[in-house]
Amino acid sequence: MDNNNNGNNILIELKDIIKLYIMGTEELYALKGITSNIIRNDYVAIMGPSGSGKSTLMNIIGCLDTPTSGHYLLNGKNVSEMDDDELAEIRNIEIGFVFQTFNLLARSNALHNVELPLIYRGLPKAERIEKAEEALYSVGLQDRMNHKPNELSGGQRQRVAIARALVNNPSIILADEPTGNLDSKTGEEIMALLEELNRKGNTIIIVTHEEEIAHHAHRVIKIRDGLIESDSVSPKGIMNKEQKEILL
Amino acid sequence: MNFLLEIRENIFISYKAITANKLRSFLATLGIVIGITSVTLMQTAIEGINRAFEKSISAVGADVLYVQKFEWFGKEDWSYYRNRKDITMSQFEYLNRNSQTAVTMCPTVGTPKTLKYGDLSLENVFVIGSTNEYQTTFGSNMEDGRFFTSKESDGGYPVCVIGTEIKNAFFENKDPIGKTIKIGSFSFKIIGVVEKQGSLLGLFSLDNRVIIPIERFFRLFGGKRSLSINIKAGDVKYLDDTKEEVTSIMRKARKVPYGEKDDFGVNQQEAFKTTFESLTSLIKIIGTLITSLSLIVGSVGIANIMFVSVKERTKEIGIRKAIGAKRSTILYQFLIESCTICLLGGFIGIMISFPISLIINAYVLPTAMPLWVIILGLFVSLLFGVMAGFFPAWSASKMDPVESLRYE
Repeated sequence: MDNNNNGNNILIELKDIIKLYIMGTEELYALKGITSNIIRNDYVAIMGPSGSGKSTLMNIIGCLDTPTSGHYLLNGKNVSEMDDDELAEIRNIEIGFVFQTFNLLARSNALHNVELPLIYRGLPKAERIEKAEEALYSVGLQDRMNHKPNELSGGQRQRVAIARALVNNPSIILADEPTGNLDSKTGEEIMALLEELNRKGNTIIIVTHEEEIAHHAHRVIKIRDGLIESDSVSPKGIMNKEQKEILL
Repeated sequence: MNFLLEIRENIFISYKAITANKLRSFLATLGIVIGITSVTLMQTAIEGINRAFEKSISAVGADVLYVQKFEWFGKEDWSYYRNRKDITMSQFEYLNRNSQTAVTMCPTVGTPKTLKYGDLSLENVFVIGSTNEYQTTFGSNMEDGRFFTSKESDGGYPVCVIGTEIKNAFFENKDPIGKTIKIGSFSFKIIGVVEKQGSLLGLFSLDNRVIIPIERFFRLFGGKRSLSINIKAGDVKYLDDTKEEVTSIMRKARKVPYGEKDDFGVNQQEAFKTTFESLTSLIKIIGTLITSLSLIVGSVGIANIMFVSVKERTKEIGIRKAIGAKRSTILYQFLIESCTICLLGGFIGIMISFPISLIINAYVLPTAMPLWVIILGLFVSLLFGVMAGFFPAWSASKMDPVESLRYE
């Protein structure tokens, strides 16, 4: 592997990531040493049964949590040693979350939900509205902007969440079981939307336990017992030279 | 993130949170409403008591010294003062000749007498003997007629100046000037009526008085009396200088040996204030403490509600943190929410207590809620908002994003 050639294209660099939970007298290793790289504009699925450590890995990649040891470089920045507020800023700018349960603010309408990351970024009102509207357009919700989450269907809520994830133009869109609460038809629509976003240049990491969903990704990382069990190109995956170099 | 933007956004959030739980917000606010109402009303009442007092002692004259055998609110036995040498006319004349600082001064003596006019009579009217300087010393305005002149004063003419109560009792709608009344068994011609002055401390009417030339007073009612010498300093700021000078002249006049204590009192309005304050300050402090207690209870209520609110919105906190809210952002969000609730309570409290203060002003005490009480009320409610909100907000800001996102 030639780091000098690929340095610019590596978005996520995980090295010996260990996460240890101490519960009373018991020590529990959720992650036992994960080493992997993810390149820009990839579409990666992280799979694994419950208790495998995939959620922990997602939380660490999403900068919601920090590893007990190991290094995590995101976009060249060492996030494994950042404090709470620096992590908040990274989450705001670099990461867009899409959750299984949508996690929208119930009392705010779609527009305000999408505007929220921009508020935390400190952008002026006019710019915020413009960007938020643009993001809602791109997920096809231009005529649902003033609806509150309980006035929207599940698929529409997930679209609002995707618009919120997109609005700050982050390095990664991190989707945790994004279709888990949707019927299969709506699920397919959401997957198509994510695929489209990937085509437009977004890096997408999706956490799932469904093979079908994982097949949408270009690369599938399977986790078991806190370790990478397998790392393969999915049938749909289109391998480019760089991806090959990293994997092989 | 821009601080002002943060404040504005947080006010918006708290507005939504408050309106989403209207009944709960109302109940939470109630404690603060009651607290602020009672605190502001208490302060208004204290202000009213002060104003009422100031008004009631204004007749004493802030820039007037009273040289007397007695000391006001003196600590010694009454007989101790009583057995002092009398203050005589010759001492007054000596003082009047030698004082450089006094603007004017007059001697007064007084005794209660019965007044008669025709068939009507008034008992226990205070008869004051003084000179023509009395008017300038006390700045009393005439409602009708004039004060007596120095010629009438020195010559001991049988003329008198009456208070409004006497005028009302004897003359009703008739003109009292030029009429003759009897003081004791002696006739006096009325030459003037002093404007209504009210009462001292709400107890002694100052309008139930008649003033006659001191020469005549001595001749008719006996001269062996101790005087009160009333000295006008011109302004409160000259009071101390005048007091010093008067003391030293009076010591000479009364031949007090060097090193001995004064055998006379130089009294001033201040003595009333000091006594009044020592009496009322404890009441004020206790009143303020008790009313503050209700405010503290109110803010404990707010703190409680804020803890519930934080717990209930754990998920929301997780979401906000996941999309980039910093610890300080969450802290401000909940602090501003509790401040908004408390300020709202303070505002409502003032809205309640302000009209009540107007009612008090109309019927009980001369007071309207001063502006500083309103500002203080709002400031205090803001302060209690910060105090009540701090720990809940702090616990919210420290929440772990992973844990709080998992919360259902």
